[in-house]
Amino acid sequence: MDYGYHAWMLVAASLVLMMTTPALALFYGGMSRSKSVLNMMMMSFTAAGIVGIVYVLWGWSMSFGSQDIGMIINNPFETFGLSGIAGQDYIFVGFQMTFAIITAALISGAVADRLKFSAWVMFVPLWLTLSYFPIAHMVWGGGFLGDAANGVSGLLFDGDPLPIDYAGGTVVHVNAGVAALVLVLLLGKRLGFGSEPMKPHNLTLTMVGAGLLWFGWYGFNVGSIVFGGESPEADATQFISETSLVWLNTTVAAAAGIIGWLIVEKIRDRKATSLGAASGVVAGLVAITPACQALSPVGAILLGLVAGGLCAIAVGWKHTLGYDDSLDVVGVHLVGGLVGTVGAGFLSTSSGLLYGHGFQQLVVQVLVVLVAIVWSGVATLLVGLLVKYTIGLRIAEEDEVEGIDFVEHGESAYDLSPGGGGRRTASSVLARKTVSEGAHA
Amino acid sequence: MKLVTAIIKPHKWEDVREALETFGVTGMTVSEVSGYGRQKGHTEVYRGAEYDIALVPKLRIEIVVDDGDAEDVIGIVLKTAQTGRIGDGKVWVSPLDSVVRVRTGDRDGAAI
Repeated sequence: MDYGYHAWMLVAASLVLMMTTPALALFYGGMSRSKSVLNMMMMSFTAAGIVGIVYVLWGWSMSFGSQDIGMIINNPFETFGLSGIAGQDYIFVGFQMTFAIITAALISGAVADRLKFSAWVMFVPLWLTLSYFPIAHMVWGGGFLGDAANGVSGLLFDGDPLPIDYAGGTVVHVNAGVAALVLVLLLGKRLGFGSEPMKPHNLTLTMVGAGLLWFGWYGFNVGSIVFGGESPEADATQFISETSLVWLNTTVAAAAGIIGWLIVEKIRDRKATSLGAASGVVAGLVAITPACQALSPVGAILLGLVAGGLCAIAVGWKHTLGYDDSLDVVGVHLVGGLVGTVGAGFLSTSSGLLYGHGFQQLVVQVLVVLVAIVWSGVATLLVGLLVKYTIGLRIAEEDEVEGIDFVEHGESAYDLSPGGGGRRTASSVLARKTVSEGAHA
Repeated sequence: MKLVTAIIKPHKWEDVREALETFGVTGMTVSEVSGYGRQKGHTEVYRGAEYDIALVPKLRIEIVVDDGDAEDVIGIVLKTAQTGRIGDGKVWVSPLDSVVRVRTGDRDGAAI
């Protein structure tokens, strides 16, 4: 592959990393209460920390490789520690790594204020190993939900049409959304959920985060191109036309997501809100993620409108059904991921129902989503139970009232006290003495 | 000596301060506070969830004055902080036993 594509992939992978640190951290952090914003941002940063290691060791090998096991995973030891991976392929490892990072980080929005930090650190690598890497392999790595001849589409329709998940509607969004739902059911509601006000403490952070997510999403979607490989000329033509389409579809779906969300709010709540606009961006982007290469720009607008509107309704379900998905990972990522993945069955220009191509694509899309939901649900349940009955999932009640930032991290996000908030204690004075003596020596 | 405490709408602060300064008030203590009176709170909606926000942000201005100036200061606050709508705030006056300036130790009238 040529230099231009390689250079683009370096940029794309960096953009996707930016979606987690700092974009998602800001998006979620602003929505948290001021006593838990640091913990919320820490879950994004530590997701990056953990996945950066796990992905090199066995993540890539479990997702991609030549030693498929049951069309579910690849042999984790085939390229353990990236042994045998060629230098030019490192950027693909990096690109995929950033996807795993954000998928894990997405889940953190559901567990605001109350998940033990150690439980998060234990949950992330186990969940990736049991849920993310298998689903990534099933969809993209030659497994059962991808384009393999004996995959779901091959068995049902002789491989025509193939499943559509261009950049991770199932692998990333449905997966994270289901995991969030299962995890909060194990974890329980925040103290005062439904009675105490738990409003966002800084919506400007959330708006900045949403804007950065939108920008980073170009790496996510436009970087997800896979080449036909017939000839260099054909690949070059594909690169130029496909990236253009994907860029435009990504943009207009986010735009329509804003409008869809705000229309619902204006009718239901009488006011169009900034949090609604920020959420609408994300809902539109989530929905277009699997479908961004399959739709026309008008189809992408339609999908974005539906996603924005439906997610705006779906974020209310936690109040009626009583699960505390704190920052609406289910309402935005699960529902948006479903809209996009199933929506591709209607709106794909080459195989969609609304374009007169019959039900096959729709059937394939629904089956892929169902398998992903069941797999992610069971895997998350196993990991969640393991954490719950070993180190425990939840901080103590009085700690939750006090605030998780202080209790788990020994910090507070904002020092608004005029005197600077306290004195140095003995240990930090000692530390300072050592440093200054070192400087003199 | 009297302590005049005024609770006002935050956006009226500059008008009130200017008028007090013109009158000759040389110092005051201002804090950002929250509370409610007849105005009660208001409703905010986040992702469809309605919150009743009971406390409304206000400014509290505290001024120590000579007995004779208290009524004038009340008048200034009324003139500058009034919008005529519910939620304009309150002013109250309380007697003070003594006032001391920390720098010099001056007491009472000399300390104001």
